[in-house]
Amino acid sequence: MKESKKVKWIHEKVVPWGLPIVLLVAWQGAVEAGWLSSRVLPAPTDVVAAAWDLLEKGELWQHLSISFGRALIGFAIGGSLGFVLGLLNGVFRPAERLLDTSIQMIRNIPHLAMIPLVILWFGIGEEAKVFLVAIGVLFPIYVNTLHGIRNVDAGLLEMGRVYGLRPWQLFWRIWLPGALSSILVGLRYALGIMWLTLIVAETIAADRGIGYLAMNAREFMQTDVVVFSILLYALFGKLADSIARFLEKRWLRWNVNYQNR
Amino acid sequence: METGRGAELVFVQVAKQFGDQQVLRRIDLTVKPGEFIAIIGRSGCGKSTLLRLAAGLETPTSGMIQLDGQLLHGLNTAARVMFQDARLLPWRRVIDNVGLGLKGDWKEQAITVLEQVGLADRAKDWPSVLSGGQRQRVALARALISRPQLLLLDEPLGALDALTRIEMQRLIERLWREQRFTALLVTHDVDEAVMLADRVVLIEDGECALDLPVRLPRPRQRGDAAFADLVDTILRRILSTESDEKVIAASSMSEKRRAL
Ligand SMILES: Nc1ncnc2c1ncn2[C@@H]1O[C@H](COP(=O)(O)OP(=O)(O)O)[C@@H](O)[C@H]1O
Ligand SMILES: [Mg+2]
Repeated sequence: MKESKKVKWIHEKVVPWGLPIVLLVAWQGAVEAGWLSSRVLPAPTDVVAAAWDLLEKGELWQHLSISFGRALIGFAIGGSLGFVLGLLNGVFRPAERLLDTSIQMIRNIPHLAMIPLVILWFGIGEEAKVFLVAIGVLFPIYVNTLHGIRNVDAGLLEMGRVYGLRPWQLFWRIWLPGALSSILVGLRYALGIMWLTLIVAETIAADRGIGYLAMNAREFMQTDVVVFSILLYALFGKLADSIARFLEKRWLRWNVNYQNR
Repeated sequence: METGRGAELVFVQVAKQFGDQQVLRRIDLTVKPGEFIAIIGRSGCGKSTLLRLAAGLETPTSGMIQLDGQLLHGLNTAARVMFQDARLLPWRRVIDNVGLGLKGDWKEQAITVLEQVGLADRAKDWPSVLSGGQRQRVALARALISRPQLLLLDEPLGALDALTRIEMQRLIERLWREQRFTALLVTHDVDEAVMLADRVVLIEDGECALDLPVRLPRPRQRGDAAFADLVDTILRRILSTESDEKVIAASSMSEKRRAL
């Protein structure tokens, strides 16, 4: 029994890491053997060393917190706007008639295409990045909230009315939980867009942040710092995804599709 | 258990139209306090509409509905509805579904009604893990916890298998006898109507085409000859185009036969 449990643990927890480790070792070996120029791709150990260096100088923390702040503020603004608009248009038909077409039209503009305009408006200051993130995040949250609210079971709403729920109780007990799985899909998608937008915006126009760190390092041919910056973005992307997963697991416990995941 | 809390429900020349479609033409129906009425009729004849009118979810195009002598307008707060699909909130545990919309300290009461429907041990479960019959029992508990004066049942057992359905019929009858609410049951199962109701009302062409008292003693037995006769009579009445008089005659015949 115990033996098979151990085997199972190895299968589930260890095996998935096998390939990445092999690749990492191969990468290190290739650089050391001189097959791979460290200009093209520095060895993993060099990347770690660069990271340590940045950390020691205190630079890393500065860039990190700047990028993080932009992401959070942009997400908070765009996300809450999209959420409120989605709720409003989902619950009240007249609001939808008034607003939805306009919102859908704006949605068709790729928000990254607005970068030149945004730079003209805000320069390369904080507002530009926050604005782009907010715009990028707004639509997936809006669309999925609206979709979720629209698909709330009308029978449940009717039942709620018969059972004496007041409008705000209907909202908290039926509208919102009914739309939640769709809203969380939007959240997950929006978190992805949030990082993507930030990467592009910081790379093109910034004087601080992870993107700036990477671009600056490129000018000085510090490939190891560039690679490290890319890894940082990947890490944050993963982190955001884990948060979304955690919320799904917690808030959608009742849904068989999300149990034991 | 306290008794005599049932509401009196009176339909006075009630008509209901959806756009051009006249669903109910002229419904005159008096339901006495504590009475159990079964409503039958072909699919689409307006049974659910009648129930929704009684619940205050629809308003009559003309005519009026009185509840204990008061004109009903807006939502009927004395009524609770049981739907064909249990309509439990999937994101609330069984006990929280039962206590939906209640204020104050309702947990203990919720456990009591769950005990009455035999599901006290499932209080902490999600609705998704319950069987269809169990879900309907939770829905029944939710309907009864607020001690409604009027219970409206819209084919609540229609989707259940035969055995579970018989169990549920017994449960509903028992709770009705204990609590004495007025009950309006829509069903497509004539057996069920005769099993439970004091009166069976047939809706046809937007009117009450038949209003037949069921004078069999409770608890009723399906195997009983009189029971079978009555079911047969009603079925033939629904399926034929016979005039009402003949049916009434036939039904009183079958009652006489039972008396013999
Ligand atoms: N809200 C509504 N709007 C339009 N037509 C409706 C509405 N509700 C019911 N109907 C129509 O009224 C008729 C009776 O419906 P219903 O009362 O549900 O029948 P039953 O329950 O007897 O099967 C049907 O033809 C149905 O299409
Ligand atoms: Mg119906």
